[in-house]
Amino acid sequence: MKLDSLIPAPLRRPAKPGQGNGARGRAPADLKTAPPERPSDAQRVGDRAKQAPADVLAWVDQRTAASGFLTGMLYRKVPKGTNWFYTLGSATLFAFIVQAVTGVFLAMFYTPSTTQAYASISHINNDVFLGQFVHGMHKWGSSVMVILVFLHMGRTFFFGAYKYPRELNWVIGVVLLILTMTMAFTGYLLPFDQRSFWASVVGININGTGPILGPYLSDFLRAGPELGATTLSRFYAIHMLLVPGAIIALIGAHLYLVVKLGTTAPPWLRAEKPRAATPASQLEAGAGGDGRG
Amino acid sequence: MTRRRAFTVAVQGLGGVAGAAIVLPAVGFAVAPIFHRGKERWEAVGAVDDFVEDTYRQVVFTETEGIGDAGKTTAYLRKGSRQLGESPKQIVAVSNRCAHLGCPVRFVEAAGNFICPCHGGVYDFQGKRIGGPPVRPLDQFQTRIRNGQVEVGPRYSVTNQLDPVRARDPGEFTGGVWEYLYPPRPDTFPPPSG
Repeated sequence: MKLDSLIPAPLRRPAKPGQGNGARGRAPADLKTAPPERPSDAQRVGDRAKQAPADVLAWVDQRTAASGFLTGMLYRKVPKGTNWFYTLGSATLFAFIVQAVTGVFLAMFYTPSTTQAYASISHINNDVFLGQFVHGMHKWGSSVMVILVFLHMGRTFFFGAYKYPRELNWVIGVVLLILTMTMAFTGYLLPFDQRSFWASVVGININGTGPILGPYLSDFLRAGPELGATTLSRFYAIHMLLVPGAIIALIGAHLYLVVKLGTTAPPWLRAEKPRAATPASQLEAGAGGDGRG
Repeated sequence: MTRRRAFTVAVQGLGGVAGAAIVLPAVGFAVAPIFHRGKERWEAVGAVDDFVEDTYRQVVFTETEGIGDAGKTTAYLRKGSRQLGESPKQIVAVSNRCAHLGCPVRFVEAAGNFICPCHGGVYDFQGKRIGGPPVRPLDQFQTRIRNGQVEVGPRYSVTNQLDPVRARDPGEFTGGVWEYLYPPRPDTFPPPSG
């Protein structure tokens, strides 16, 4: 394994139980029988150079002790039957990363001012090199992300993956869903064209139909009685700073729980019965006697 | 209480004070616009004789300053009609903001109705709802006459009987118990009396 030699010993794949030859960090067996010839200087420099990336990683690992966590996360066991439906969460994460990256680059050209917002978006679309592409990625990517969130949610629901002990992860996921919708809602106003404007008017008014607190929520979103200049800055701040930070933090918590609790097997797989451990008297007992009641 | 416990409580208290010193002003900063009422704004939209009592004339004026054309709004103006029990000296200004979700309604002269293109809300000549999803009549604007010019002022909402109440957002009912379920917002102007 040439590649393995580049990975510092603590980060290598742990040996499987009962498999002695893959012990990490142990010298190859041939070292013990045949002592190597003295290498030339050039060979030694080459060897040191090859060793350098592993040395760097080992240096970091000695100071952070991160390898235990990393190997635990990267080589964690997944249940039998894990299939493509289990990739929807990662796909959602990827969609979020696309939104974050394209959003950062859009922010380099966008001006959150009522008089210049539309002009700056036109500038991005018409003049900036690849501007239409990056804007398009962000615009269509938002729909992709919302769709993926719902597919991921459906997978979790229909596979029963929200049940004990993963209820908290479901709750975090629902908060992430709400934050994703907040992102979609606040981002819609930013181009400040007719569609943005009227869609935001309607959206804010829907928020306002909640009894008692609704009217105040509308005023909070608009920063006043009418949609105005401060509404745009407000939506921009929510879209750029407030919600992305919260989403990143909650994705961290979501992933931590996924790794900590593990994933569920698909519902059509049944746990294997430990036949050897079942007393012979119960094997013949007919219905209800198979240890599953 | 032990000395150690007293110090723990004191440090936690200090931390709370420091946290509140950051959070409270920030929250206040974000929430303050709810309680801020802007200056009353009146704009001349035409001579008194430009308006008649049996049909509306459309006028466009600025409702929100500082955001260019986006801050403009449309109202339909007419003189008060004797047949409807209104004073002919009074100018009625009906907002084009649909009481369903805020789309712009249009006065269709042939039908004598206001019709909303979004979800099919229909209002009669006075702006009372006669069909579709809206929850109350169309909003109106205060009007006054200065030097022979009609001036349009702050927005107000009306109940189903056309009694003035403080401006509500579209989608919010008016009158009766709804006045408590959708409380008036501090940044709107008091309705005209009478």
